[in-house]
Amino acid sequence: MTLETFLQNIANGISLGSLYALIAIGYTMVYGIIRLINFAHADLLMVASYAAFYGILIFALPWWLSFLLAILLTTILGMSIEKIAYRPLRDAPRISALISAIGVSFLLQNLGIVLVGASPKPFPRPENLVWNIHLGGISFLSLAVIIPLITLVLLAAVNLVVNKTNIGIAMRAVSRDFETASLMAVDVNKVVVTTFAVGSGLAAVGGIMWSLQYPQIDPLMGVFPGLKCFIAAVMGGIGSVPGAMVGGFLLGMGEVMLVGFMPDLSGYRDAFAFVVLILILLFKPGGILGEHVVEKV
Amino acid sequence: MKVRKFLALMAAVLLAAVALVGCGGGGEKASSEDAAKDSDVIKIGVYEPLTGINAAGGEMTLDGIELANKLYPEVLGKKVELVVADNKSEKQEAANAVARLVNEGVDVIIGSYGSSLSMAGGPVAEEAGVPVIGCSPTNPLVTKGNDYYFRVCFIDPFQGTVMANYAVNTLGAKTAAIIQDVQQDYSVGLSKYFEESFKELTGDENAIVAKVNYNTGDKDFSAQLTEVKDKNPDVIFAPGNFTECGILVERARELGIKAPILGGDTWEAKEFLNRVGDLEDIYFSTHFTAEEPVTEVSETFLNEFKKEYPDKQVNAFAALGFDSYLLALDAIERAGSTDHEKIKEELAKTSGFKGATGIITLDENGDATKTAIIKKVEDGKFVYEAKVDPQN
Amino acid sequence: MDGRKNIKIALNIATLLVTAVFLYWGDSVLSPFQKRILNLAAIFVILGASMNLVVGFTGMFSLGHSGFMCVGAYTAAILTMSPESKELIYYMEPIVPWLKNIEWPIIPATIMGGIIAAVFGILVGFPALRLRDDYLAIATLGFAEIIRIIVTNTISITNGALGLKNIPSEKSLLFYWSFCIITIIILKNLINSSWGYAFKAIRDNEIAAEAMGVSVFKHKMLSFTIGAFFAGIAGALMAFLITSIDPTMFRFLFTFQILLIVVLGGMGSLTGSVIAGIIITIAMEWLRFVERPMTILGMDIPGIPGMRMVIFAILLLVVVLFYRQGLMGTKEFNWDWLLDKLGLARNRERGIS
Repeated sequence: MTLETFLQNIANGISLGSLYALIAIGYTMVYGIIRLINFAHADLLMVASYAAFYGILIFALPWWLSFLLAILLTTILGMSIEKIAYRPLRDAPRISALISAIGVSFLLQNLGIVLVGASPKPFPRPENLVWNIHLGGISFLSLAVIIPLITLVLLAAVNLVVNKTNIGIAMRAVSRDFETASLMAVDVNKVVVTTFAVGSGLAAVGGIMWSLQYPQIDPLMGVFPGLKCFIAAVMGGIGSVPGAMVGGFLLGMGEVMLVGFMPDLSGYRDAFAFVVLILILLFKPGGILGEHVVEKV
Repeated sequence: MKVRKFLALMAAVLLAAVALVGCGGGGEKASSEDAAKDSDVIKIGVYEPLTGINAAGGEMTLDGIELANKLYPEVLGKKVELVVADNKSEKQEAANAVARLVNEGVDVIIGSYGSSLSMAGGPVAEEAGVPVIGCSPTNPLVTKGNDYYFRVCFIDPFQGTVMANYAVNTLGAKTAAIIQDVQQDYSVGLSKYFEESFKELTGDENAIVAKVNYNTGDKDFSAQLTEVKDKNPDVIFAPGNFTECGILVERARELGIKAPILGGDTWEAKEFLNRVGDLEDIYFSTHFTAEEPVTEVSETFLNEFKKEYPDKQVNAFAALGFDSYLLALDAIERAGSTDHEKIKEELAKTSGFKGATGIITLDENGDATKTAIIKKVEDGKFVYEAKVDPQN
Repeated sequence: MDGRKNIKIALNIATLLVTAVFLYWGDSVLSPFQKRILNLAAIFVILGASMNLVVGFTGMFSLGHSGFMCVGAYTAAILTMSPESKELIYYMEPIVPWLKNIEWPIIPATIMGGIIAAVFGILVGFPALRLRDDYLAIATLGFAEIIRIIVTNTISITNGALGLKNIPSEKSLLFYWSFCIITIIILKNLINSSWGYAFKAIRDNEIAAEAMGVSVFKHKMLSFTIGAFFAGIAGALMAFLITSIDPTMFRFLFTFQILLIVVLGGMGSLTGSVIAGIIITIAMEWLRFVERPMTILGMDIPGIPGMRMVIFAILLLVVVLFYRQGLMGTKEFNWDWLLDKLGLARNRERGIS
């Protein structure tokens, strides 16, 4: 492998890893509060992408307005999902809540197929946002720079909210202990809804960035990024926002390097993420930056 | 307690209702089958993926079949009725769909886009003794060992060989890289035959400098393409779904890979064109061209297609659907009846049949031997590039 | 022994006889299409019941069922295909020599499919069952996906993406339903055995069960492995029903359909899984009408592809949100209930039954 190829692989790894990181932050926030894999999170990526797509193509909105509206719409949808499908099951067995999450995810995917059709659509790339950069023999999209920046900014913003605001303190209290927090006069419903709003907004940003990077959208587009970003969140330590970022980068880099160094194994690329997940769960269930969780009775 | 009893009762009622509906539906079908025998209607079944991942291909094929049905609605003095069943891009559904068509008393079945779907439907039709004409399943296994399955398209080995020929003889390539979708039989099959012919034609065992894999649904190909770029091949062969390949080809050019990129007939889709329309040196083999009509049927098809679907682009799948329907009608006419055995025998004898996609002769497996077309992408259009005859 | 027990034995035998006669009669009378749907129902009942054992009775939220099906289907297919078929079908890369000349009859191959799937169950369960709830769900989903990716990539054993065809076909209702009924009888006896009570204790409170001396990990493994075994059997039956298989059949979507059966029937009720399995399979076929164009009161309504899955997703949500018990809750069908209803052999045994 030449140096040029190696550097190209690094660039590829950064651009994939930063996308994973961006989406994983939303996952980890929601999981941190309600301790439930929000399977529908993956499909919010899809909803946001379609909303942005129709905003630009049908309503001829400028791309930034369209993106903002898509983020808003996705946020509202995320909050509604929490209210309709998760809140009634908060005291039910965990399995019921998980089934509900899977149900919502399937509903969104299939509604997508019914409403917009199964065939993929080309996602428009605004020219002043996406262009090709050549540095020596290495080529990458401007997104490889923009997405990590967005991720860092959002990470800082989320950290600020969680650590400095009242709602953030309430969030941390709820994530530590649901019942005690509610006894201490924390409005748990408000906290959960806010978390879902923020998480869904992050999903929307992630979805739109994903679609800019891989500009082809279809109703099932969220499934694989969703699974992988969940894995990234677990790797970093679920519930830990910086951890999600680290996990995302490591997973993206690992996938690219697997293909780069062992092209014969490129067919096993999707298995790689799952193998990593299982190893992490077995040997370091708290993740890289997470704290070790002791099972409570 | 009451609630539980109520639910149990509901369950019983629901079960009974569903069972009744199920049987009732079945009964109707059985009687309509009898009716069809004497009535003035000849039923042709169509099973295509109208939903799921292959939906786009299924829809294009169905366009062609419906157009043909509209133009030629009669055979043996009877009206031809199409019975369409969606196979949902899933194998068990494909088998169910064929079973359902057989049950509705169809005389010939057309389908399906997607070889694995056709392989699932094939045995059911064979069992029932109903002949099937495949429009675009190109996997050799579809017709192998199944006397009732025929097809109007050529098969993967031929396509792979044609592209290797083109790469070596016309593009002057000495080395090639292969990027294949390990989940698609189509992609794996074309790659294998391309690889074999390419090595044979160049006389170089190491002519394939890189062979990398991806999975259906993948969107990030930068790692695979970086590997290919590192090996600097003369051409890249990347057969696969137009959805993945569209992104792959675009990404290859973004990464600064200049080598010509070759593919197979699945690339002939407007989604693919939308993505790669302004890129250069992209070639693929296909079944049909609008620019060089091969037969007078091609002209008819072209004109009528533009009239019927002014918003759509003429495509090979519609043409193959069109041909499948015409071949079905032709075989019924030659058989002089709707006797399934006779139709099957006549289909097997098909020789020099003039379809929209060319002159079709079926070999001993029931596979069409016919001319392949090579097209390239140019200024947002698919442009006719060359014709390759089966003997070469 | 008193009357109630004898009556119940007689009823059991009579039911089996009536079922056998019905199946025999059905084999000669029903159309191939109807038989295919009924056989599919038998397979879905096995899948639903075995997943219920893991999810409903032992409380482990495993989403790996499609992976074990895949193993069972491939095992059975490779064992039964004739050497000539294998030569024809493995045209990309020849099959490995040690599998080439094997040609087993269908029934032992089906059982072998179950056994190999159970072996995979042990391999997967050993690491995965240390996890719980969400983590278990995502890890088993991951394992199912890994199994599928391995099957896709090991071309000289599985023929990769090309799939297998010319698998011996079996069409009789008797074959599929015999497997189905035997499965249900085995699972019913298992659930009413001491193992079964341990499973339920683990489901209801794992820590309490452990404190009571139930070996939690051992019983979880047992339940998981048995579930995998029957999933493998169902996969093998699926291979004989469809006669051609490929790795894309065994995606997560399949597990979703099984989950729907378990939830609709009631988590923790075999009777529920049987009823729901039959309903869902027939509804799958019957609901096709919503995807067809139709004319209602002179209005043309175009077909809506994909509508069926929307209906199923809504159904799943409605059941889990409003009728969490499903059709049967944790109740089972039993003769006592029926006999009480009919006022026969009244309540003589009430105290002990």
